Amino acid sequence: MKRFKAIGLALTATMLLAAQAISAAPVTITYWQYFYQSKVDLMNDLIKQFEAKNPGIKVDQVTFPYESYNQKVAASIPAGEGPDVINLYSGWLPMYVKAEYIQPLPKSSFGSSDMKAGFYSFVSPAVNFGGKLYSAPTAVRTLALIWNKKLFKEAGLDPEKPPRTLDELADYARKLSKFDAQGNLIQAGLTMQPNGQGHNWIRDVLFRQFGAAPYDATGRKVTYATPQGIAAMQWYMDRIVKDKVGYPNFMTDDVTAFKAQKAAMTIDGSFRVATLKAMKDLEWGIAELPTHNGVKSNFASFWTNSIVSGVKGKQLDASVKFLQFLTSPEVMEQWLAKVGELPANPKIADAHKDDPIINVFMKGLEYAHVTAFVDEAGQRNLFVDMVDEINLKGAKVEDVLKRTAAAEQKIFDDFWK
Amino acid sequence: MTLAKKKAMTAYVFLAFPLVFFIGVRFGPMLYAMIRSLTDWSLLRKTNHFIGLENFKAVLTDPVFLKALGNTMRYALVGAPIVIAMSLGIALLLNRIIHARGLFRLIYILPYITPMVAVSWVWRWMYQTPPMGILNALFSALGLPAVEFLISPDQALYSILAVNIWVELGYCTTVFLAGIQTIPMDCVEAAKIDGASEFQIFVKIILPLLMPITLFLMIMQGIQFLRIFTPIYNMSAQAMGGPLDSTKSAALYIYQMAFSKFEMGKASAASLVLFAIIMVVTLLQLKIFDKKANNQE
Repeated sequence: MKRFKAIGLALTATMLLAAQAISAAPVTITYWQYFYQSKVDLMNDLIKQFEAKNPGIKVDQVTFPYESYNQKVAASIPAGEGPDVINLYSGWLPMYVKAEYIQPLPKSSFGSSDMKAGFYSFVSPAVNFGGKLYSAPTAVRTLALIWNKKLFKEAGLDPEKPPRTLDELADYARKLSKFDAQGNLIQAGLTMQPNGQGHNWIRDVLFRQFGAAPYDATGRKVTYATPQGIAAMQWYMDRIVKDKVGYPNFMTDDVTAFKAQKAAMTIDGSFRVATLKAMKDLEWGIAELPTHNGVKSNFASFWTNSIVSGVKGKQLDASVKFLQFLTSPEVMEQWLAKVGELPANPKIADAHKDDPIINVFMKGLEYAHVTAFVDEAGQRNLFVDMVDEINLKGAKVEDVLKRTAAAEQKIFDDFWK
Repeated sequence: MTLAKKKAMTAYVFLAFPLVFFIGVRFGPMLYAMIRSLTDWSLLRKTNHFIGLENFKAVLTDPVFLKALGNTMRYALVGAPIVIAMSLGIALLLNRIIHARGLFRLIYILPYITPMVAVSWVWRWMYQTPPMGILNALFSALGLPAVEFLISPDQALYSILAVNIWVELGYCTTVFLAGIQTIPMDCVEAAKIDGASEFQIFVKIILPLLMPITLFLMIMQGIQFLRIFTPIYNMSAQAMGGPLDSTKSAALYIYQMAFSKFEMGKASAASLVLFAIIMVVTLLQLKIFDKKANNQE
């Protein structure tokens, strides 16, 4: 009996769908993002809302694991198997724009004035290539200092007073580090994880605070191999080599160490907030990144939505509508509530400035920079290797930094030639 | 058609399916890779051109690839002989015991039937430096200094190799054990009556009779270690083959070239280099050991 009912239902549903198809001839567009539970769930909701408003359009969401997402994108789009609207990491945009995988957004819907009015100021240069805008984000992310209040208390520090400067940070980190009888680090004062957010912290925060711009205005020339850059790198390495407050891959990685309460302080992004909130026995605080020489700096990044090349006609119209919806204030609000990422529109974000956590990230966004990566994984790895060479092989900071700068310059030159 | 012919026909029909599979899934892509290795094919480029041997030049002068090849050789030259020697020893011991033989065999085969990814992650955690890894906790309890294992560029390769050896032991032991049990006992008995020592029996009877199996395992393990990938992918930070490329194998290099840099042409060239090495090593092994095996007969 049940089976008949099910078949009956399915038939009715099919007929209804067919009827709808005849009346409206819906356009179906496909949206891709990587799999992250809260994002996928919210997107399913958002698609329902969008479809209710736009009866002629149907949206299919397809997700892939983060690890293989870039591969899927790179392999599928040239084969014409890709989506219509795609969610990409800001650091991948130059690569995909150059490969002509994504198309400029229509000026009528996403003009440069819309960009200026509706998004944080660092968004526009990061999505602008040759005077054309290629992408629009729903949310943006930035870094903050996160600390464990319980471990602060244990070390005799005021759990409500995070370090404000790099000098204080180093001092606190030393006080918060614990060693066993053999001298092994068993509690890190500060996570030192260049393959996590560490390389961004060095690149766009420490370098700038010591007086070295990482790149020139075009973003194509490496400019950190200066005495100031060396001083910044030396500061970072001193924490690992001299103070031994942490080292790469301690407890496998920074996030694991902090969650296990084996690291007292960490530098991480706004995207980590939801994970930390879910941990009931973890008492943590969050503050703006420590300053140095009175210089504030931060690193911003975002996942952003683009339209794939070759999408045209009705598909394109529907895709543009969907993109407008994804970057609308109402979606930004929901994204903040469900995923925890900050609205890409400063006006929307402003309404939440009383939330202490959001407030920290909003302040960070005011002075944040976006790195114009051309090979995000390759450039990250250069910094990981730089730290390893100094830490594991005892190489001189100055030599390795110069080598790294030259290697990164080569990545830029090969890309832009 | 005679019955014999009919039977042969049926056999051909059944054999045709694997053949189609072999051509379509193995041979075809291989040929394709050969052609593609001569082009500047990148997933991120719309067009690609014939560039001769440029890719080979590029990968063979890439210090990272050369390092990966060196690492691969170390995995194979250290790993395969150890696995063969140890598994032969274990098989001989297992053959002697009477009680709980099944249990011991199960214990040795268990790592092999456990998924490699799971094995890798468990070992990755066991290898962690204090306060996490169980091995270092043990050393610490004994008052010994901590060992760096995976975070040391000198130890990481051997730490990963040890896991792979542990996994492959189960397979080789089982095969050796099967081989030992086919050795006719009357040969051994006769030798004993003639006053041969245990050592003589081992060297003059057991070892020569196991030669074909040893050859088979040598080749299989040689190939296995030359294309080592999964444990490195799972045990190095962010699957990079680090620290400082010290654990990166040729297979991982190829994977990264193809699927994170999207340079398919270069990746094809690198895989052909690895293919050539595996082929040469296998042929050499066949030639040397086959001769020995034949001489013994």
